Amino acid sequence: MGTLWYGIVASMIGVYVVLDGFDLGAGVLHRFIAQTESERRQVLAAFGPYWDGNEVWLLAAGGTLFFAFPRAYAVGFSGFYLPLMLVLWLLVLRGVSIEFRSHHESALWTLFWDSTLSLSSGLLAVVFGAALGNIIRGVPIDASGYFSMGFFELHGPGVLDGYTVLVGAFTLVLLTTHGALFLSWKTEGPVQTRARKVARVAGGLALALLVVATVASHLVQPALFAVMGSRPLACVLAGVAALGIAAAVVGIVRGRDLLAFLGSSATIVGILAATAALRYPILLPSTIDPSQSIAVHNAAAGEAGLAAGLWWWPIGLVLACAYFTFLFHRFRGKARGGH
Amino acid sequence: MTDPLFWHRVQFGFTVTYHYLFPQLTMGLAPLIVYFQAMALRRNDDRYRRAARFWARIFAVNFAVGVVTGIPMEFQFGTNWARFSAFSGGVIGQTLAMEGMFAFFLESSVLGLFLYGEERLGPKLHLASAVLLALGAWLSGYFIIATNAFMQHPVGHVVGPDGTLQLGSFWAFVLNPWAFWQYAHNMSAAMITGSFVVAAVGALYALQGLHPEQAALYLRTGVVVGLAFSVLQLFPTGDRHGKMVAQLQPTALAAMEGAFHGGPHVGLAIIGQPDVEHDRLENAIEVPGILSFLAYGTFGQDIRGLEEFPRDQWPDNIEVLYYAYHVMAGLGTLFIALMAWATFKLWRGTLLASRATLWMLLLAVPFPYIATTAGWTTAELGRQPWLVYGILRTVAGTSPRVSAGDTVFTLLGFCGLYLVLGLLFLFLVARELSRGPGAPVAEQEPRAALGEAR
Repeated sequence: MGTLWYGIVASMIGVYVVLDGFDLGAGVLHRFIAQTESERRQVLAAFGPYWDGNEVWLLAAGGTLFFAFPRAYAVGFSGFYLPLMLVLWLLVLRGVSIEFRSHHESALWTLFWDSTLSLSSGLLAVVFGAALGNIIRGVPIDASGYFSMGFFELHGPGVLDGYTVLVGAFTLVLLTTHGALFLSWKTEGPVQTRARKVARVAGGLALALLVVATVASHLVQPALFAVMGSRPLACVLAGVAALGIAAAVVGIVRGRDLLAFLGSSATIVGILAATAALRYPILLPSTIDPSQSIAVHNAAAGEAGLAAGLWWWPIGLVLACAYFTFLFHRFRGKARGGH
Repeated sequence: MTDPLFWHRVQFGFTVTYHYLFPQLTMGLAPLIVYFQAMALRRNDDRYRRAARFWARIFAVNFAVGVVTGIPMEFQFGTNWARFSAFSGGVIGQTLAMEGMFAFFLESSVLGLFLYGEERLGPKLHLASAVLLALGAWLSGYFIIATNAFMQHPVGHVVGPDGTLQLGSFWAFVLNPWAFWQYAHNMSAAMITGSFVVAAVGALYALQGLHPEQAALYLRTGVVVGLAFSVLQLFPTGDRHGKMVAQLQPTALAAMEGAFHGGPHVGLAIIGQPDVEHDRLENAIEVPGILSFLAYGTFGQDIRGLEEFPRDQWPDNIEVLYYAYHVMAGLGTLFIALMAWATFKLWRGTLLASRATLWMLLLAVPFPYIATTAGWTTAELGRQPWLVYGILRTVAGTSPRVSAGDTVFTLLGFCGLYLVLGLLFLFLVARELSRGPGAPVAEQEPRAALGEAR
């Protein structure tokens, strides 16, 4: 039962990164890729209807983690106290920058919020990447069952150290590519032309950083790839990521925007899911004592609770999918400037 | 003051109090917007249509702040209250996860359709989007109340082999009897906030002589709905909620009332200052026997005073608890009087001409917020010293590795961020108020064109 919920939580995080990833990436680009007010409105209209729902996947994934693995939620969230507070402030700033921007017509007002949107989106991408780096590398959970660690440590391990910042930079470039591909698909005119150009450059850089980050992950956490041979699911998921990369490359080269966007989505899901499959059953490894690692067997809620979740969670999921299908259908087609 | 517990409590108290200023209006306004839209559709009446559009604009700004200040709440269970989360997450995680799956997805998907989809959807589907949005907001409220009800009156749980709380009965937990009256009382309070705000904007326009048709509509709706829910707030929801507290949290009731000494025929203190050091209420003005009657329905009923309980089970901030309760109850009484008076004027057809009443309705707008805040303060301080009543003490619920310095730092950050957010909110709402609901459609063309360009 714990295994099932491990898969569910990992999938929800994957869906979150794919969905919010495109609006984070588009947010990063927003300030730069759109040069006139009408172009900015076009970018906002492209992801405006979705971003709030996308972000709910983060809350729903967090809630599901809380419910299925209370100890993982408690130890992880309190251990990453300051970085999570930073995430909260960035989420607040980003949310109001999207929602408040169009409530008042003034050049200074919109410039301020456009800049806030790009800055907060970029920082969020870096911090989310660094979080992934921390989860792969492990944290100093000691006999108390909790941990705390420095925020900046150049030579690691720290919340932000050489390795995690590398993963953060990779995430920023990957999500920027993802956002650019989304904009290539959902816009037209000069914004689309620029988005395609960005996707080409950022996509190449993302591939290079993927190689570097993979090697670095192997160096800081040798156990990660050691189990590769005995985990066929992880191999399949890594294959999905590879196919996604191929699809994205073909899509970018041939100018087939939707294919490229689906390709980058598959890449993100593949990388995250393969990592989850390789790390199973560990949710948060301890760098001090492996027996203190937070894992499925020592963090899962009771069977009755997990069983109760099995009937309401699928209903919630079906409803959520129905809303998203309806939403994407209603706002299908290219986004235009103006409203 | 160097105690991390103190700062964790201040931070959570501050962020949750601030956050809840917005959802109470969201939940209170949504049904009123549904009403305006439904009337517009049924009577094909342009007045209602413009009212619905106007309030949807205020709703949008309010909803946005509610959403962004709500995100920190879910995180803080883990960041600041890790031992509480690890201990009880197996139970309360259920409702918090369900809120995400059932309420947040619904609200976030429907919001865009509701705000921008009037033309794309047509009037009937647009009304449906408003109904779904209101449903999402009210569902969200229920999941949070059910979570809080477990902390007030834990039911449906068992203690697992590792000593943490686990779900025993899903239905017993989700349908906690405490949650029922707490939810009713809380949603009625939200309706009071919503209707007072609508009435106050009506009064504002009426006093300025602006938008007379709309002002009359807002006043009529706000005053009638406000009276209905002010009465419901006292009876049955407040009454039943109070009896529940008397039965299940006797220390909280005694502290709320400043009843240090028990016995039969205990009076209700209207005024007085609790002196916890000397176990007495100073300068008390009491109505004899009333507390016994309110808590148990008979005047002779024994009330257990605080002195009958060990001191380590007393709520740890009796002064604030006592005042919070009295502010809530006092304001609740005034609400009934104000709205009954305004309804009387409305019935006589003199409300729009009675400037004094309009001024009172306008100036009353902060008070539902204060009453709601005081009500939640009563509930949360009354629960002390417990985090999960009778099971886990608050002192045992914090994050062990987060220092007071960390928490003060983030508290200051929240204060600064929320100050800016509050100023922006007031600026945008003031802007919407000065733009107003607009003229009837025929005169509105140039303005509509401007509005469309957004």
